[in-house]
Amino acid sequence: EERELVKGSKEAKRQRKKTKKEYKTRTVHSNLLYYRTKAEDNPNRHYADNKIKTTKYTLLSFLPKNLFEQFHRFANVYFVFIALLNFVPVCNAFQPELALAPVVFILSVTAIKDLWEDYRRHRSDKEINHMDCLVYSRPERQYLERFWKEVRVGDFIRLRCNEILPADVLLLSSSDPDRLVHIETATLDGETNLKQRQVVRSFLDLDCEFDPSKYRSVIECEKPNNDLARFRGYITHSSGRRDGLYKDNLLLRGCTIRNTEECVGIVIYAGHETKAMLNNNGPRYKRSKLERQMNVDVGWCVIILLVMCLFSAIGHGLWMYQYGEKRPVFDVLSPEGTHMSPVLSAIYLFLTMIIVFQVLIPISLFVSIEIVKICQVYFIHQDLELYDEETDSHLQCRALNITEDLGQMQYIFSDKTGTLTENKMVFRRCTVAGVEYSHDANARRLAMYQDVVDSEEEDCPSHGGTLPRRDSVTSHQSAAKVVLRSQSTKSHRRTGSRAEAKRASILSKHTAFSSPMEKDITPDPQLLDKVNDGGSQMDFKRFHSQSLSQMPSELTDIIDFFIALTICNTVVVSSPNQPRHKVRMRFELKSPVKTIEDFIKRFTPSRLTSSSNNSSSSSLNRSSNRGCSHLLTSPSAESTLTKLDEEPSSPVPAPPTLGTCYDGKPGSQEEVELRYEAESPDEAALVYAARAYKCSLVGRLPDQVTVEFPHLGRLSFELLHTLGFDSNRKRMSVVVRHPLTDQITVYTKGADSVIMDLITPPPTDDSKGKRHRRILYKTQNYLNRYAADGLRTLCIAKKVMSKEEYAVWLRRHLEAETAIQGREDLLFESALRLETNLHLLGATGIEDRLQDGVPETIASLRKAGLQIWVLTGDKQETAINIAYACKLLDPEEEIITLNADSQDATAVLLEESLHYIQVKFLCSSSDPSRAFQNDYASVYSFSPPASSSSSQPFLVHRLGLVIDGRTLAYALDSSLEEKFLAVARSCRSVLCCRSTPLQKSMVVKLVRNKLKVMTLAIGDGANDVSMIQVADVGVGISGQEGMQAVMASDFAMPRFRNLQKLLLVHGHWCYSRLANMILYFFYKNAMFVALIFWYQFHCGFSGSAMIDQWYLIFFNLMFSAFPQLITGTLDKDVSSETLQELPQLYMNGQNSEEYKPYMFWVNMIDAFYQSLVCFFIPYFAYVDSDVDLFTWGTPITTLALLTILTHLGIETKTWTWLNWLSISFSVCLFFTVALCYNASCPSCFSPSSPYWTMQTLLGEPLFYLLCVLTPVAALMPRSVGCARKCALKLLPSDVWLGPESPSANCEAFQFPTTITALHHHQLMLSFTHTTLIYKRHIIVI
Amino acid sequence: MMASSYNAKEEDGNPSSATVHGGAGTVKNKKPDNTAFKQQRLPAWQPILTAGTVLPAFFVIGLIFIPIGIGLFVTSNNIKEFEACLYSVYSKYSFSSLSTLQIDYTGVDLSSPCFNCSQNYIWNSTTPCTCSVPFSLDQPFESNVFMYYGLSNFYQNHRRYVKSRDDSQLNGDLSSLKNPSKECEPYRTSENKPIAPCGAIANSLFNDTLDLYYIDPNGSRTAIPLVKKGIAWWTDKHVKFRNPAGNNLTVVFQGTSKPVNWRKPVYELDPSDSDNNGFINEDFIVWMRTAALPTFRKLYRIIQKKPNNMSPTLPRGQYILDVTYNYPVRSFEGRKRMILSTISWMGGKNPFLGIAYITVGSVCFFLGIVLLIIHHKYGNRNNNADIPN
Repeated sequence: EERELVKGSKEAKRQRKKTKKEYKTRTVHSNLLYYRTKAEDNPNRHYADNKIKTTKYTLLSFLPKNLFEQFHRFANVYFVFIALLNFVPVCNAFQPELALAPVVFILSVTAIKDLWEDYRRHRSDKEINHMDCLVYSRPERQYLERFWKEVRVGDFIRLRCNEILPADVLLLSSSDPDRLVHIETATLDGETNLKQRQVVRSFLDLDCEFDPSKYRSVIECEKPNNDLARFRGYITHSSGRRDGLYKDNLLLRGCTIRNTEECVGIVIYAGHETKAMLNNNGPRYKRSKLERQMNVDVGWCVIILLVMCLFSAIGHGLWMYQYGEKRPVFDVLSPEGTHMSPVLSAIYLFLTMIIVFQVLIPISLFVSIEIVKICQVYFIHQDLELYDEETDSHLQCRALNITEDLGQMQYIFSDKTGTLTENKMVFRRCTVAGVEYSHDANARRLAMYQDVVDSEEEDCPSHGGTLPRRDSVTSHQSAAKVVLRSQSTKSHRRTGSRAEAKRASILSKHTAFSSPMEKDITPDPQLLDKVNDGGSQMDFKRFHSQSLSQMPSELTDIIDFFIALTICNTVVVSSPNQPRHKVRMRFELKSPVKTIEDFIKRFTPSRLTSSSNNSSSSSLNRSSNRGCSHLLTSPSAESTLTKLDEEPSSPVPAPPTLGTCYDGKPGSQEEVELRYEAESPDEAALVYAARAYKCSLVGRLPDQVTVEFPHLGRLSFELLHTLGFDSNRKRMSVVVRHPLTDQITVYTKGADSVIMDLITPPPTDDSKGKRHRRILYKTQNYLNRYAADGLRTLCIAKKVMSKEEYAVWLRRHLEAETAIQGREDLLFESALRLETNLHLLGATGIEDRLQDGVPETIASLRKAGLQIWVLTGDKQETAINIAYACKLLDPEEEIITLNADSQDATAVLLEESLHYIQVKFLCSSSDPSRAFQNDYASVYSFSPPASSSSSQPFLVHRLGLVIDGRTLAYALDSSLEEKFLAVARSCRSVLCCRSTPLQKSMVVKLVRNKLKVMTLAIGDGANDVSMIQVADVGVGISGQEGMQAVMASDFAMPRFRNLQKLLLVHGHWCYSRLANMILYFFYKNAMFVALIFWYQFHCGFSGSAMIDQWYLIFFNLMFSAFPQLITGTLDKDVSSETLQELPQLYMNGQNSEEYKPYMFWVNMIDAFYQSLVCFFIPYFAYVDSDVDLFTWGTPITTLALLTILTHLGIETKTWTWLNWLSISFSVCLFFTVALCYNASCPSCFSPSSPYWTMQTLLGEPLFYLLCVLTPVAALMPRSVGCARKCALKLLPSDVWLGPESPSANCEAFQFPTTITALHHHQLMLSFTHTTLIYKRHIIVI
Repeated sequence: MMASSYNAKEEDGNPSSATVHGGAGTVKNKKPDNTAFKQQRLPAWQPILTAGTVLPAFFVIGLIFIPIGIGLFVTSNNIKEFEACLYSVYSKYSFSSLSTLQIDYTGVDLSSPCFNCSQNYIWNSTTPCTCSVPFSLDQPFESNVFMYYGLSNFYQNHRRYVKSRDDSQLNGDLSSLKNPSKECEPYRTSENKPIAPCGAIANSLFNDTLDLYYIDPNGSRTAIPLVKKGIAWWTDKHVKFRNPAGNNLTVVFQGTSKPVNWRKPVYELDPSDSDNNGFINEDFIVWMRTAALPTFRKLYRIIQKKPNNMSPTLPRGQYILDVTYNYPVRSFEGRKRMILSTISWMGGKNPFLGIAYITVGSVCFFLGIVLLIIHHKYGNRNNNADIPN
């Protein structure tokens, strides 16, 4: 054995060299082979261990690394540069140590924040690293508990049910008889349905328990990557045999083992190399529009700073020059005792001035913005109206730094399914064999649900109150029953840890299981009769062993229809008193028929007995087999592997077991309510529908589906294949053996457009063919009607195959399944070969219910000037109907429909519609005054982008544009995109149907880039991810389709209607608060710096400052910092109620009205004016007096502070006690600090030596007189201007008053400052009454 | 296990308990608290700056400011200041109540008595130059009179100048005395000895001597007593400036050098009064308080009203100002003045503040009226326009 190991390690070395050469793969050996060799001989040693460290720093590296990271920020570099400049003797402006203070302060605040975050990460890392798992230990020859961090690549680990996977593990053995492992991937993708993973093929048929010490194979696989959906590799056994590895063999870190007692695997990727960790990238960094705008103005500040410095430098040079050679006594020589030339001292002074004026570039602005944004995010999180009781979830802000972008949106791109609709599918009606069953009673029942929900919602107050829970609502109807149900939903999976159970219960409420509304379907009496009839006839025929072919075809169709509904899906059955992990699930694309031999064996007549009978014996067999095989297993590894090699060719043991308890006690099953768990909600809806007709699915095993029928009782369909749904085929099929006819039957369910093409063309002559044609024709008609009603349609078809046909197909299908390369493609082709020549059974219409409040939300968002585009993968008719239902399209509105099948046709269509729009609408828009009077609509939606981007004003008409995916593909071509945009932006609503995820993102990108507008994308599914990532703001709905959208989003919310408050209220507030705060910051710093600038004219431009350097440095940081943070966080220019009532106010943000480029300059001018006042009033008050430098400077500082704070007071619209507190705190702080500072040390603070200055000043009446006079004089213009502006603010824009109103008139009109929100409200209402009605006109091409 | 999970189910299943208590026992609800702060519903005062709120504010400000301004203006005008740029002999200026006496003795003009002295640009010239400036007072100064010297165009606020001092040396710190701060460069050492007091400010100490004589009608000169105590801030004299410890200042300052421009060392600044010598010399302290603006005055002496004497401090009549002209200012176009002024509670004669208050008050009042008119005119129209719709 020793020798073998040495050999092994040599081989490993060789291997390693190879690995190094071809760097594309990873080779994994078993660690057990090397446990005695030195660590450096282990071929796996290069791979990351399982210890995770998400912390950025260690104790040692914290300081350098954190500083390094902070210096990536340009601003920090600038401030450090300034601080270091102080150390240059020739230009030392401040005490160098003091000058470092603000930078150090800012850096340390950030560092402490980082440190805290890192510590939290460290703690959670530690917790994770110290979780336990079972690792096989060679010396003990058993599995021992180890910490997660001790797990290494190449270790064998054993996992039990409900354990979390510590690393990416290749599955080698499972206790499951089918060698499957069920995992829950909710932590990775949020999907709660169980996924199946399969033991590696070579170990599939290993009879005895897997023994790691005998494992000699070598695994070669991909380098670690972050693609969750891909894993490829080979496993090479010591015999030289190779087997492929697929993603189905890999268990990913973070997933939870379910429904499987035990499994064993070898670690492939550990720690940071696991796919889960590689996918785990932190929050995204986006730069908001406001921030971009702000950066421009920071640039301007830099320019102003340089101009001021340059001016001072030149001034100083001239001042020096005028004295010529005669040095005045106050012009101190340089330390060396030499005179400096005017030019040289001007250059030095330039540097000095940069230091003195550094405050102009606000060091604290960046920190303050961050703090304010964090507070804003906190408040958004805390908003009760954005909290969804049903799912117990908040709105989450995943991107922390774009809150203000929410207030500036112009275009919304929305997904339809799951976003506008609930993605809760409700069976509405169906047609079977050409007969329509309208299910009126069912419709009435649904209407009743809606009414109850509505009335409940009206009852409770819309704000502040709690939203009604769906459960509690329904309890009014059938209390007892509902309680039972909610029990059942919640009890589900109470097996894991407490936290897990909590999460599961949250998730289960909105995923996996259906609400009573979806479950209780009232059957159509007519159809119910027919089903009963068919059932009884069939039973009769079966009893009398008659052929079923003599039955009326309608009845067989109906029965087949319901068979298809129940079995052609992936629904898993479970019952409340039975934990899910005992119920087996089917496996996607898994074929129970594994070989031709198996097929032949299974289809010999002797096997044609009820499978349920021998199942128990076979499982018995197996278990006994297993018991003995353990004894029989030869200890040598070679024999195991030869066994492995032989296995595929050896006859497969009896078909997989039934092992279910249903058959054991059929009587008890009747009372227990079965629950169906489906991957997509419409599948569940169909199964529930079938159950209403007493055709209920009672059990599903990998190879068998049991259905209960009226009269017929329980029938078990042997499931031969399941060809899963994929979006290309748009259908799924199951191949079963019909228990009654014993025929091999294919049931297919899919989108109508696809299925209708696959239907066998009926023979033309005979009556049967005629009937078929009629059914086809009628069904197509009904399908169109369903679509028109906004229903999702599905066609159900079947096909009966002869054994020969099946054998032919099976042979190639098996080839495809065993293929190592291109398996997916081959399987796809194989599925295509099967799904041909179908016989149409019927079609179903499923309603996708609108979410609560969607029409209202859309209406108010649109009033807010937002353009809403819906991008959906659904078909045109459905999409249009949903669009009407949610008031996106207006029946009074014209709709332009673009359907073309070539580039040229698209071009022509676009041209025509553009022309049409121009002819119809341009005449009215050419005369704006007439447009205002006559065409309310045009003015009403006077588009915000008009001001921001396009040169010519641009109108949105009452038009809707509908475009399908194919045409969209042509329209998005670079040659046509301009035209497409021109058409699309003229329309009030745009609907893109049948669009792919890529198209969605292309549309968003196009609009964003070409129109230069702010875009928001909202969606809930994986297909929206690309769109969400492209948009300026991505919003994910944490709904039913997993978490991918949420993971990609910046904001995640429970419901679509939350968008209204998020945008209209929080967006508006965040934007206006931040915009005002930034402007205020610029003002404040400019005002303060300008004081010193004016002083330069009186000190020979020597860079002297009358403001004590302590005040100068801490003014921004301490004295004036808090009030603006409070205002920036809490100020509300308009109340939440008004904002929601008057969505028009949102346009304020869209047009960036709070922060226009000119406003920066207005603020700058105001700052200069105010500083002039604050400088020259004390100047003239003290001119030609015996006042000393700092006794004069301290009042100026005080005046500046008072003026700045009063200015903030004027800008603050809402005063809470916090504002009062913060402002008085600031003033008190200043005086306290000044008094303490001036009393502390008589000789410490050179050169200002401010001893007792403040105290003296406080004893002088002049000081108080100045304090009263100066702020009033300084703020006079601002208060007059603000009185005017505040009135204006309630008007969204000048557009509102109509473009025709002359500006002078407009001024006068707005100047009276009393237009309150109420007045304004009336004003708007008066406009809305003049809405014109348009005829609906559809261009059909 | 089963039983417990069933219990949990029942709890959960009961809608009332689950919703009302937020699943208190089993699952902690994430529902946000409904507090005024978290929901941003703090009680707030919304001062919408409308005409309605701005108007009264303007009027009130106007009504308060104008009287204050008038009061200030009157007070200020009661201060006696003679605007007299005298160098001519016996010029008379008579303003009724405005009276500050300013005498420019720089000696720019040939006719000026100090012209000769002003030609001397050298700092520590050995021979003192004296000149006498005669002037007359039309009106008497009744109360205490403050005597200032004023300098113009002297940038005492120059950055490097302001810094050129060592406060701890001036505070009597012995180590600083022997080893002054680097800030004092290049006036830190002279002849390898530390300068005490070091720095450019001290070095450029104003060293003219001003004496005032009253000329009796009979022609005899009476020296007017000039008090040199109490011209510096009390805290400066007693806390900030201290002589190094030691009884004999001469010994204490042993090993230090006098500033380059000085004629005598710091411990001989006022030989007459040991309490006014060394760093605590009040003239020196006053000079060390650097002026804010290039034209400034500094308190030189106080002429105190004699107690229990009804006669004015300075009666009307002829006076002579004797100047020991040491301080060269012509090199930088500077001016030297002597100022006599009574002082008010405002700190000096300055009509500006009164005028400013009146102006701001009037502007506010005017704006208030304008706003009122506009509001009255358009505000009503606007309301009317709304109602019919």
